[in-house]
Amino acid sequence: MPRHLLGIEGMSREELLQYLDNAEHFIEVSGRDIKKVPALRGKTIVNLFLEPSTRTRSSFEIAGKRLSADTINISGSESSVVKGETLLDTAKNLEAMAPDVLVIRHRESGAPHFLARRLKTTAVVNAGDGAHEHPTQALLDLLTLKIHFSKLGRDISGLKVAIVGDVRHSRVARSNLWAHRLLGNKVTFVGPPTLVPGEFRDSSIFGNNLHLEADLARGIEGADVIICLRMQLERQSEHFVPSLEEYSHEYCVSERVLSRYAPNSVVLHPGPANRGTEVSSEVLDGPRSLVSEQVTHGVAVRMAVLFTLAAGSPSTNQEQQV
Amino acid sequence: MDEQVKQVPAHWRLVLDSDVIARSISRISYEIVEKNRDLKNLAVVGIRTAGDFLARRIRDRIQEIEGIEIPFGVIDITLYRDDLSHSNAQPMLKGTDLPFPVSGSRIILVDDVFYTGRTVRSALDAIIDFGRPSCVELAVLADRGHREFPIRPDYVGKNLPTSKDEFVKIRLKEQGFEDGVYVVPPSNKKKEA
Repeated sequence: MPRHLLGIEGMSREELLQYLDNAEHFIEVSGRDIKKVPALRGKTIVNLFLEPSTRTRSSFEIAGKRLSADTINISGSESSVVKGETLLDTAKNLEAMAPDVLVIRHRESGAPHFLARRLKTTAVVNAGDGAHEHPTQALLDLLTLKIHFSKLGRDISGLKVAIVGDVRHSRVARSNLWAHRLLGNKVTFVGPPTLVPGEFRDSSIFGNNLHLEADLARGIEGADVIICLRMQLERQSEHFVPSLEEYSHEYCVSERVLSRYAPNSVVLHPGPANRGTEVSSEVLDGPRSLVSEQVTHGVAVRMAVLFTLAAGSPSTNQEQQV
Repeated sequence: MDEQVKQVPAHWRLVLDSDVIARSISRISYEIVEKNRDLKNLAVVGIRTAGDFLARRIRDRIQEIEGIEIPFGVIDITLYRDDLSHSNAQPMLKGTDLPFPVSGSRIILVDDVFYTGRTVRSALDAIIDFGRPSCVELAVLADRGHREFPIRPDYVGKNLPTSKDEFVKIRLKEQGFEDGVYVVPPSNKKKEA
């Protein structure tokens, strides 16, 4: 049975930390002159991206190539999906060509889970499904925080995390919530009630460490980490906010508000950013921003995930002599 | 954790004790110095995990003998193994660190127990991904026989004739044990796995 990475929800703390530990070692590989190791030689990875993506898709592709796997990319517009083929048929046809890993991004929540239940020999990696989960994004956010806070002599447990913006439509917010919950961190969702729905108050699902806050200053007060979410401009016609101008007036994460309420915070953004809407250019390009580290660490995290799912481990215990 | 020395299981048979190990490391270090008259580009590299500790001891001993600094590195061969994907456990990386220019260096590669030669094959692949050393020599604490590749150590602590179904284990002070190399009989193999 292949193993999958479908989400952070339900993952154990040990598994999460193991991914981060391995990812940290893969940063070294990307720093070499020859950025390639033979770990996945002869393995095939299919990147099936049925929703637009530059960063995540290229990150998975580079990760696969640095592990010596053969990677192929299929995007929505060039796939048979436009000819009316169902997702399951597409995936089964791909499986018939015996790939080891299928990385999938899909606009519907649960699409990767649907495939994971039906494919027999292929490991499935969720690269973002609807508003549900984006596990490798949460892992790369954590790796970025782990490296940043270890320089300050701090652990990634016990942090105060504010996630600001369009939580309703955000798989990044959800995956990060589960991840920070495993680490015992306090998470606050910040945004207007239309974008931070009250369903998150259900502590039987979301736990007691999640707080909702409609006021930006109160929401970020004393935070160690601010995760800005992308305002999904394509949803403007759905009237979740009166206007983007009004939204940014209340919720744009600016240096002025950070220096007053969260002076020691660092800022993450999953990209692509709308400068001046959810976050100011001054913050994005300033010293608090860990955005370019996120992109670098994204490759390392995806190498760790692909390696774990496709390589297996040495045939007997660690101590065998060969 | 307390300060107590950890104990190995009672059925492990001690074949090299701490004195023998200390003398072997000392002799290997002298042999390396003698054979490499010019130590200028010498570097000592250990294969994780136990080879790493032994390499550090050899490096320290050479520095003591010659009074010069010798660069030291470690290799994790996990990404270079030829037997990955035989099981489902999550592989753990421990990291490679070669903090010196590999190109042009004379590398002494150190492993604990030499067996099939496959570990060394992987380690050589890992090293040449970092550059082109002028030469690589191999030092091992114990050679248990049963080579499967045309690879042979240049410096050997002890030859240790074993049968293929026996296990050879090494435990070191750095891991909280007393130094020792043990043979584990095949009937107990299952317990170890």
